[in-house]
Amino acid sequence: MLELRDVHYGTGDKEILKGIDLVIGESRIQSIIGVNGTGKTTLAAIIMGLNGYRPHRGRIFFKGRDITDLSITERAKLGITLAWQIPASFEGITVKEYLSIKKNFTAPEKALKLVGLNPNLYLNRVVDENLSGGERKRIELASVFSVKPKLVILDEPDSGIDMASITAIKKVIKNFKKMGTSVLLITHSERMAKVGDTVSLLCDGKIVKEGNVKEVTEFFRKYCRECDHIGEIEEEILK
Amino acid sequence: MSIDYSKEFEMIAEVYKKTGGDEKALFDKKHGALIINENKVLGKNEIKGMRIEHQSLKNGVKVKIFVEEGIKIENPVHLCFGMLPKEGRQEIYSEFIIGKNAGVEFTAHCIFSNAKHIEHIMDSEVVIGENAEMSYTETHYHSESGGTFVYPKLRGEIKKGGRFFEEFKLTEGRAGTLNIDYEIDQDERSSCELLTKIYGKKDDRIEVRESLNLNGVYAAGTAKSRIVLTDNAFGNVLGEIKGNAAYTRGHVDCHEIVHGDGAKAVSTPKISVENSFARVTHEAAIGRISKKELETLMARGLREEEAVDFIVRGLLR
Repeated sequence: MLELRDVHYGTGDKEILKGIDLVIGESRIQSIIGVNGTGKTTLAAIIMGLNGYRPHRGRIFFKGRDITDLSITERAKLGITLAWQIPASFEGITVKEYLSIKKNFTAPEKALKLVGLNPNLYLNRVVDENLSGGERKRIELASVFSVKPKLVILDEPDSGIDMASITAIKKVIKNFKKMGTSVLLITHSERMAKVGDTVSLLCDGKIVKEGNVKEVTEFFRKYCRECDHIGEIEEEILK
Repeated sequence: MSIDYSKEFEMIAEVYKKTGGDEKALFDKKHGALIINENKVLGKNEIKGMRIEHQSLKNGVKVKIFVEEGIKIENPVHLCFGMLPKEGRQEIYSEFIIGKNAGVEFTAHCIFSNAKHIEHIMDSEVVIGENAEMSYTETHYHSESGGTFVYPKLRGEIKKGGRFFEEFKLTEGRAGTLNIDYEIDQDERSSCELLTKIYGKKDDRIEVRESLNLNGVYAAGTAKSRIVLTDNAFGNVLGEIKGNAAYTRGHVDCHEIVHGDGAKAVSTPKISVENSFARVTHEAAIGRISKKELETLMARGLREEEAVDFIVRGLLR
C-alpha cells in the first residue's frame, strides 16, 4: 500500500532521514520504534507531506502512485491521514463539528463509540485545552475514524496519557486493522510497538532492523533504550 | 397623530430573519421587544416588570429601558436597531436600568445590510442594581461595501453582587470603520465579562477599548476579544483592567489572527493593581493561524481555504 524508496531528508547541513526504505501492506500494523531524536516524527511528516517536509532524495508511493509531490490535502483525499503526538486545539469548535469535517463519512456518534467515549458526554464539548490528554488523543483517533482512511500514521499515540487510556488506544489501533485500515504506528515504547504485525527500528535516520515483533522489540530493549549515542550502532551488534 | 409603520416593520423583520434573528419574537407578546429603523420606533412590546421609554430625535432615538426590582424576565428581550436606507446617520442614546435582584437577557441585532455610507452611533449607559443580572448580546450585520461607520460606546456601573455579560459580534459583512469604547465600574463582589468577536476584511479599521475598573472587594472581570484580520484590515485592541480593591480578580484575554500579508494587528493589554491583594492577569496573542491546526484539518481532507474558514468560524462563534 505504502512504499518509501531511499527517502532522504534534512535541514541545513543535518541529514535527518538517511535513505529510508519501507513497505506497508494492506490492513497491516507497522510499528516504527526508536528513541527520541532518531527521525520518527520527521518520517511521519514526510509521509503526510506536511509543509516544509519534502524528501531531498527518494520517492514515496501509495497504492502504486507516486505521491512525493502531492500536497497534504491531496494525500488525505487518497486516504492517508495523520494523528499528531500532541493534537491541536480548536477554540469554539465542538467535538461533533470536528468529527463532521467531511460529509458522508463515519457519523460522529459512531466514531466516538469506536474510541470508547460516550457521545452524550462529548459531542457538545469544545476541542480545546479543557479536555484531558487522554480524551484529546481519543477524540483525535475518532477524527481519524471519521474520515475512514486507508492508511493512518499515529505519532506516539501513547505519550502523555494514563494507563487506562493506553489500553483503550491499543484496542482502537486493532480496530483500525479490522476495518481494513493500515496503521503506521510510531512509538518509543516497546509495549506499544508490540501492537504491530511487524516492527522497524529507526536509529539516526536509518531503519537498522525490521521484521518480527519480539525480535526487534527485544533488540530495542537490550541495545537502544539506555543508549545515549545517535547513529553508531555497531555492525557487530546488528549481526 | 399616529403613523403606520407596519410596512417598514415587516421589511426590518424580514431582514432580521435573514440575518439569523428570531423574527417571530418581534411579534410575540411573551418577548419584550423594541424595533427601531432610522429615527423611528417601529414597534415595541413591554412585558410585566419591564418598561420602555423612547423619544425620536432628528437623527435617532433616545431609549430608556427599566427592569423593576426583583423581576426576572423569563424570555430574551429582542432589540433591533436598523438602518434600511443606503445612506444616513443613526444616533441611539440608550439607558438600561436594571433594578435590585432583577434579571434580564437582551438579544440585540444591528442591521445595516444595505449600507453604502451609514454612520451608527450607539451611546449606552448601563446600571445594574445589587445582585441583579444582565446579559447583552449584540450581533451586527453589515453590507459588503465597507461603508459602515459604527461607534458603540458603553459606560456601565455594576452594583454590589451584580453580574453583567456583554458580547459584541460582527462577523457578517464588512466591519468598515468600527470604534468600540466600553468602560465599566464594578462594586464589590460584582462580576463582568466583556467579549468581542470581529472579522475584519479588505481595508476595515477596527479599534476596540474594553476597560474594567474593579473598585469593590472581590469584584471580578474579564475582557476578552477575538479578532480575525484578512486582506489589508487593521485591528487595534486595548484591554484594560484596574484592580483597585482587595481580592479583585481580572483577566485580559486578547487573540488576534492575521491572515494575509497586508493585514495589521496591535494588541495592548494594560493592567494595574492598587491593592496588594488584587490580582490581574493578561494573555495576548497575535499571529497567523496555527500551522498545526491547519495541517490537522488538511490531513482530514480539507483544502487550506476550507481549513482557515473552519478555524475562524470556531474562533468567532
